[in-house]
Amino acid sequence: MDNFITRRRRRELIVAGLLLAVAIFAPMAVKDVTALNVIILSLLFAGLAQAWNIIGGYCGQISLGHAVYFGMGSYVSTLLYVQAGLPPSAGIFIGAAVGGLAALLVGWPCFRLSGHYYAIATVVVGEIGYLLFLNWDYVGGATGVYIPIAKPSLLNLQFGKDKLPYLHLVLAFVAATWLAAWLIEGSRWGYAWRAVKDDAVAARSLGVNIFASKMAAAAISGFFTGLGGAIYGLYVGYIDPDSVMAGHFSILIALPAVLGGVGTLWGPILGAALLIPLKELSSSYLGGSGRGVDLMLYGAMIIFVALARPQGLVSLFGGRNNGAP
Amino acid sequence: MTLETVLQVAAGGLLMGLIYALVAAGLSLIFGLMDVVNFAHGELMMLAMYAVFVIWQATGLDPMLQLPIVAAMLFLGGMAIYRGMISRALGVQFNRGMVQIFVTFGLAIFIRGAAQFVWGGEFRSVNHTWLSDRTLNLAGVYFPLPQLAAAAVCLAAFAGLLLISRTEFGKALEATREDREAVALIGIDRDRIFALGWGLGAGAVGIAGVMLAGFYYVGPNVGASFALIAYVTVALGGFGSMGGALVAGLLIGEVEAFTAVVLEPSLKQIGVFGVYLLVLMFRPRGLFGTL
Repeated sequence: MDNFITRRRRRELIVAGLLLAVAIFAPMAVKDVTALNVIILSLLFAGLAQAWNIIGGYCGQISLGHAVYFGMGSYVSTLLYVQAGLPPSAGIFIGAAVGGLAALLVGWPCFRLSGHYYAIATVVVGEIGYLLFLNWDYVGGATGVYIPIAKPSLLNLQFGKDKLPYLHLVLAFVAATWLAAWLIEGSRWGYAWRAVKDDAVAARSLGVNIFASKMAAAAISGFFTGLGGAIYGLYVGYIDPDSVMAGHFSILIALPAVLGGVGTLWGPILGAALLIPLKELSSSYLGGSGRGVDLMLYGAMIIFVALARPQGLVSLFGGRNNGAP
Repeated sequence: MTLETVLQVAAGGLLMGLIYALVAAGLSLIFGLMDVVNFAHGELMMLAMYAVFVIWQATGLDPMLQLPIVAAMLFLGGMAIYRGMISRALGVQFNRGMVQIFVTFGLAIFIRGAAQFVWGGEFRSVNHTWLSDRTLNLAGVYFPLPQLAAAAVCLAAFAGLLLISRTEFGKALEATREDREAVALIGIDRDRIFALGWGLGAGAVGIAGVMLAGFYYVGPNVGASFALIAYVTVALGGFGSMGGALVAGLLIGEVEAFTAVVLEPSLKQIGVFGVYLLVLMFRPRGLFGTL
């Protein structure tokens, strides 16, 4: 049995390595800027959804407030650069750390709640974060913050008009989140978290510290979400509460994992690869004049996939351990 | 702050709080019955408001007279949503909790998109009704009549919901809530009860929407902010508790009104959310929750 699991895990690692190699080189053939932009956003949300998956999928705590950690990451890294001159290559990690810290701070009161109470509390926390940043002049309030354009360099993580380096940066982010999820899956923590998800009472009777498990999962999830937010801020060059902290980001971070398959290694990536291009394409081709068709399509797709494939799209690929509880 | 201001602010909070209470009651009813949080609840309210606007524009019928029509429309709409979507979401084998959350989220996004498609993104308002621009002066405290009527209707609807819970149907509802499997043995059609529960929940928020349309703008996003308050109300009062929804609705109305005056209007929701988190620290199941 042990042997089987080890073999499977090794196979997953090899597949991931091969996919990474393809993902590094294949985009070099893409010259279209719009296409590159869609690929970058898809990768970014694949990583964010994987980060969400760590708390939502493996630990079973449905957070609908991840936009706060995302926004914290982008605000901290951006402000450190703009106000203190700290190069973003260091700033993104501080942003990520603050994201993780924020997740601990939110988790401390909210993990006393369970089920729907927890989900709604996270929605509220997300809204509080949004409102505070909207009314806080030091961080630019509703006008937001521009990231000054610097000479393209790895230190500043700015690459001018060239999109490929951004793509590789985001790819590194996806690889890091995937590896974290892979390590968690095989670790003692991963087993404890899944036990908390399936049956908290039974897990406690086996000596699992439920609160500590949730906090650890939240911190790791918040860290990577903050990292993604910091990278996103650099990529778009301008942040305001609506572009990095609005409530719909929380849904957008969770959705790829839910559609692809929660608690699976490949679900978030698969979900993002389908959801983000569809969303981007429909909003640029159908949503231009604010007609709402893109929203209708987006909503209908969520309903359809959730009802037709509740275990996630990854289950279509038929592996024995994909999505089955 | 003078006593007069305090009374005036308290009156405003009371009127708004009763609307919040009715919106939350619909949500709480559905949750108590089948453990589903309807994340499209605010969008149902938005649809009711648009319905009032459309009928008013076409026929000039006053919102007050439209009350039974629009409430009935929402009742049927709620039942249709249950039959078409929620009954399926209840039947899935995996991730049931997550599927329910995201199905109703998808529905909310769909309805918002549809509203934008049909009516555009701009705000509309029913700017001339029997009651508009009239106020009642009660010992120096002013009550705008549209808000006062809305609060009164919401209170009546709330009483109606409580009365329903005493009828034969209400007992079947209660029994279904207690034990979904066992009621089938005594001849209660669970699916029918659930569908009627959705009808009642949607009807309740529809009534709130009709009354709100008399003095509040309508736009595709109007539901979102009310729904957020409604979730907070339900969680604060305790999921599934009707009395809790009423008390929490009034409390939230007051907290919101006073935060807007003491701090500033743009921060009024922060006060509400702060009180909510504070209460949950000490009572994780809400004020009257039994879970």
